[in-house]
Amino acid sequence: MSSFTLSLTLAFTLLAVAASYWQRLALERDILIGTVRAAVQLLAVGYILYFVFHAPSLIFTFLMVAVMVGVATQNASRRGKGLPGVQWRVLAALTLTEVVTIGLMLLFRMIQPTPQYVISLSGMIVGNAMVVAGLLLNRLQGEVDARRDELRVLLSLGATPRQAIQDQLRAAVRACMIPAVDSLKTVGLVQLPGMMTGQILAGASPIVAVRYQILIMFSLTSAAALCSIILGLLTYRLYFNQAYQLAR
Amino acid sequence: MSLQATTQRAWSPLFQLRGVSRRRPDASGEPVAILDHIHLDLAGGLITTLVGPSGAGKSSLLHLLNRLDEPDEGSILYQGRDLRQWDVVELRRSVGLVLQAPVMLPGTVEQNVGAGPRLRGQALARERAVELLRLVGLAPALLERKAADLSGGEQQRVSLARTLANEPRVLLLDEVTASLDPGSARDVEELIVGLTSRLSLTAVWITHNLAQAERCGDHLVLMAHGRVAEEAVTAGFFAGPATEEGRRFLESGKEVHP
Repeated sequence: MSSFTLSLTLAFTLLAVAASYWQRLALERDILIGTVRAAVQLLAVGYILYFVFHAPSLIFTFLMVAVMVGVATQNASRRGKGLPGVQWRVLAALTLTEVVTIGLMLLFRMIQPTPQYVISLSGMIVGNAMVVAGLLLNRLQGEVDARRDELRVLLSLGATPRQAIQDQLRAAVRACMIPAVDSLKTVGLVQLPGMMTGQILAGASPIVAVRYQILIMFSLTSAAALCSIILGLLTYRLYFNQAYQLAR
Repeated sequence: MSLQATTQRAWSPLFQLRGVSRRRPDASGEPVAILDHIHLDLAGGLITTLVGPSGAGKSSLLHLLNRLDEPDEGSILYQGRDLRQWDVVELRRSVGLVLQAPVMLPGTVEQNVGAGPRLRGQALARERAVELLRLVGLAPALLERKAADLSGGEQQRVSLARTLANEPRVLLLDEVTASLDPGSARDVEELIVGLTSRLSLTAVWITHNLAQAERCGDHLVLMAHGRVAEEAVTAGFFAGPATEEGRRFLESGKEVHP
């Protein structure tokens, strides 16, 4: 794609700005800021990846993944505003999810231990886990707020925090898993995933692209399950104090 | 004169509240006293009714007694031991709470009634569930029904059965008949009085209905502005309150519940 053609993609952004202006959504400023940020971030990361891929180094690879996890942690933690220590818990959940998922891929030699594979796939896993983490914090807070009386009844009957919040926790984890499970069911029928589309556009055989896409889909499903369960288990206690009372 | 000295029957305090205060932030974030240095003994084996205007701190006080909430100052003794020294799970099983609006847990009536034993890893035997339903005046056929589908009165009875399944020594009752129609309210009221007597339970019962307090309570505690305005033997209070606040409250209450 030439630079001229790339600049023409701004037409899509202008279309979104026009739609926002027409419907008075007041999103024009956000769309323009988002567009500039996306372009700068992607171009910057493109050059960084070019450098890292051409000078493979374990340290650079680790640093790239660490930055991804750090930024994702900061972003997802905003959904748990007001929960003390939520940032460390999100960091732990994202790190564990990344280590287990990429670790299994490397252990079973599904991917080669090169920056190209590790960084690209980590981006997908951490990005997906970040969305799941934010969703879990949001949903769990919603469940606790909506079912406060139920929690109080269970505590008054002698439930431990884990017993009291079990249903709400399960509902939140389920909500996090639904997008991944729905994607599994409809992939190829409703949507051609981004990575597969990218590979095909870059000239790869659809058969090869599909194989990698299967790896991606399955690993993202497991990452969603891992991240939501780990974060749920690390976070639920924050809604209670030491005396098994709902936190004030 | 202390309540103990005015009581005909001898009793020992089950709960002893010593200088208990509880503050909560108001709309501007400033802490406001909901309970203000409460000193109170609550009798074991009797029914104590807590009465007073809305916002007097009655529900806040009740929630402190099974540690669903914590005082900011002072201490509460239960059976002579500070509440904080009790295992909180054990305490809450012993001191059961029934809320004003019955909250049904997801599932059937049987699952609701068996919730307490299930939390400690035991299944409630079918015969025991039937016995508990009969005890609260419900037909055993309701066991299979979805709890959320029951009427308000039936749900309140299920709440009571669910609390009784833990075999508590104390029942904390937070306006348990307020959301019921007059007929159901009277039934539940008689049921509670009968149960406390038959099972030798202690009850601390918040009510806005002075006639109910007169019918059911052994002792009465009048609360106002987060303080104990008067405590008395129920019959004595209705014969003539000892305080001006008590007289005013009794007059205003009679207008509402003649």
